Amino acid sequence: MPKLTIDGQEVEVPPGSTVLQACEAAGREIPVFCYHPRLNIAGNCRMCLVEMEKSPKPVASCAMPAADGMVIKTDTPMVHKARKGVLEMLLINHPLDCPICDQGGECDLQDITLFYGPDHSRYQENKRPVTDKYLGPLISTHMTRCIHCTRCIRFINEVAGVEELGAVQRGEHMEITTWVEKALTSEMSGNIVDLCPVGALNSKPYEYKARTWELKKTESIDVMDAVGANIRLDSRGPEVMRVLPRLNEDVNEEWISDKTRFNYDGLKRRRLDVPMTKKEGKLQPTDWRGAFGAIREGLDGVPGQQVGFILGDLVDAETMVLVKELASALGSPNVDCRQDGAKLTSGDRASYLFNTGIGRLEESDAVLLVGANPRWEAPLVNTRLRKRYRQGGFKVGRVGPAFDLTYPVEELGAGPETLTAMIDQGLGSQIAFADVLRAASKPAMIVGPGAYARADGGAVLALAHRFAAAFNIVRPDAGWNGFNILHTAASRVGGLELGLVPGEGGLDVAGMLAAARSGEIKVLFLVGADEVDLSGLEKSFVIYVGSHGDAGAKVADVILPGAAYAEKNATYVNMEGRPQRSKLAIFPPGEAKEDWKIFRALSEVLGHTIPLNALPEVRGRMAELAPTLARIDEVVPAAWTGAIPVGGDVVNQAFAPAIEDFYLTNPIARASGILQECSRLFVDGHDVKATGTHG
Amino acid sequence: MLALDRVARTVLWQELVTGFLMTLRYMFKRKVTLNYPYEKSPLSPRFRGEHALRRYPNGEERCIACKLCEAICPAQAITIESEPRADGSRRTTRYDIDMTKCIYCGFCEEACPVDAIVEGPNLEFATETRAELFYSKEKLLANGERWEREIAANLAADAPYR
Ligand code: SF4
Ligand code: FES
Repeated sequence: MPKLTIDGQEVEVPPGSTVLQACEAAGREIPVFCYHPRLNIAGNCRMCLVEMEKSPKPVASCAMPAADGMVIKTDTPMVHKARKGVLEMLLINHPLDCPICDQGGECDLQDITLFYGPDHSRYQENKRPVTDKYLGPLISTHMTRCIHCTRCIRFINEVAGVEELGAVQRGEHMEITTWVEKALTSEMSGNIVDLCPVGALNSKPYEYKARTWELKKTESIDVMDAVGANIRLDSRGPEVMRVLPRLNEDVNEEWISDKTRFNYDGLKRRRLDVPMTKKEGKLQPTDWRGAFGAIREGLDGVPGQQVGFILGDLVDAETMVLVKELASALGSPNVDCRQDGAKLTSGDRASYLFNTGIGRLEESDAVLLVGANPRWEAPLVNTRLRKRYRQGGFKVGRVGPAFDLTYPVEELGAGPETLTAMIDQGLGSQIAFADVLRAASKPAMIVGPGAYARADGGAVLALAHRFAAAFNIVRPDAGWNGFNILHTAASRVGGLELGLVPGEGGLDVAGMLAAARSGEIKVLFLVGADEVDLSGLEKSFVIYVGSHGDAGAKVADVILPGAAYAEKNATYVNMEGRPQRSKLAIFPPGEAKEDWKIFRALSEVLGHTIPLNALPEVRGRMAELAPTLARIDEVVPAAWTGAIPVGGDVVNQAFAPAIEDFYLTNPIARASGILQECSRLFVDGHDVKATGTHG
Repeated sequence: MLALDRVARTVLWQELVTGFLMTLRYMFKRKVTLNYPYEKSPLSPRFRGEHALRRYPNGEERCIACKLCEAICPAQAITIESEPRADGSRRTTRYDIDMTKCIYCGFCEEACPVDAIVEGPNLEFATETRAELFYSKEKLLANGERWEREIAANLAADAPYR
């Protein structure tokens, strides 16, 4: 452990630290531009200069390894002069357009110049002109502002893992570019907007719309996937203006995917803002009383067995508590939160959680992906895997459809038969990878929806459990559980924890839909459920509770407008089983109400009043149903029973991709113009600018 | 003695006489009142009157929607919304000043990096209805056109002291 003296204060830092980290440990603030703790060290901005004893020149602290006995000074005339000089040089070519720059108010260059910079410039000549680059529909560029810190290049190459951004020329003439003009295809590209210390890279949809100081900041949780990324919603009046990541080392570090960052315009489009009922075959706006009245009539004399509840992917835990209570009050066993037909069951927590934990994936040394495409199903899990890959000594194997995951993956086979074969012995690459798994000290497997959300999903899950046992993937003695289920829906784990699965004799999603088509289910509640096949439901009375006019609202007889994730105080449980709370940033539009309140009010109209009148009471009931949900931000590890679930026979059919279009997986994303554009460009491959032959 | 003095003053109308004398003296002094509105007092170039949004000589709006005036306004009288214009430049789509809230502190013109919002020399903008005092961008730009000559002269006159 090297010991350094910083401004006369002794600090000890772990070996391999830099002088900058040592200064931070000593509580000194060193201004930086190019240094970023999650990226490789570049050492090219020189903002972090400090004085080192016995060195005639100041040293770049971010790139200087801390060594024993170093004497560092951070507050001497030499350091001040160096900082002033560096800033004066950076400002030579930096335009003075702060008033129109979206970074203004949260700009590193502004702040650092204010504290350490010179008060005037001696430069009289013309500033450098640079043409702005096209980086796609998400990122706007003003390249005259670039200070060549190369953070963006390093992020795109290292973390996002696509080699699409680089620099040409050197010195003053250096330019950040994609070489051939094209959009950045990474689903993580939006993060370079946060990384750029100046206003060279900005969010295109947010361009010129607001200034940082007029935004109200609300801590929230992302619902686009089951990772539960911690986000901050910046709103102005009734509008969310942008979405930014919050730091959470265990979940999303400080990144978010583009779907999370740019779905916010979906919050104001295609909204359901008034209750509606179907009259003469057409949906007509009405009031809450009218809509509830219609539901009461529709439910009149219908036994509980003929009522069904399907819950969508974005439903919060509070709403699920109320749905559960309402279903049991009506005597309906037909409740299901597994829209995609996942064969996961409630009860044994370890069988449906991402047991390793997203953060602890970094400890594992071999991972097997089973029917999973983490890049689309949970981009932040993929970034973790890539981070782990970059540390070396890491092998990934895959059973399922091929997809570029930004790190090398060994293809082992297409379907469940590969797992069976590997348990027995396997062939070729399977044997080699089986050896890797056996030799690994912390092996993990990630089972994705491609594997468990199919007709024989139960059997595949049983097979996965057998596989885990055969390869000793779960090692309770070593405190290691490598068995992971990758979820795609923000509501899923919460639903499983609360037991929103068919009760005794109840029907699952497919069963309910079939029964509704044949008329056996008379009343069907769709709670934000849009991603199921809703055709042919004419025979049943369909009630849609949700925020967007998507597939579900089209077939509904009654629509009850609900709140989207930004518009309620809610609890979401991520795939690790980590309950997290989001806060209300804006109010629901028009007549729309928080979903749990809708069910509370409805229960009263139906004569089954649920005695939960306020949020704390709902949360109290939630804690009774699932005690783990009361421990906010905590993952309660699930005990591994080793029991292999019963699952019938596997069909030897290749695992299919679970997500067809990364950008349009839920009603909010589908309503978002920005994400529609992304989908057109990146999924359908219509990058007009990239072809070069257009026009 | 004291009582006698008081009686003498009363009987001789001493207060009244001093008062009339004062009036008489002012009758022969220079007049200080003005016959407003036919006569007006001079205004300092720094006078802070009615707001105006200025344009460049080529007709382009000066305002770049930086919202610094909105941020500094202590009465929160300014409301701005912005968007990229078709040519990609940053422009306001809405620039409202609630003149009933404004306290004429002049902070907005101090904050403005491009001398777009200014408080001109006009002080005669009383209205019959309250609603007329909610100024929109059109009204402010029209003000700018009407007063540009005076405003430019005032800015030039004040420039050496800044
Ligand atoms: S664009 Fe921004 S992040 Fe990239 S090199 Fe320039 S200043 Fe750095
Ligand atoms: S922060 Fe050290 S050189 Fe840039």
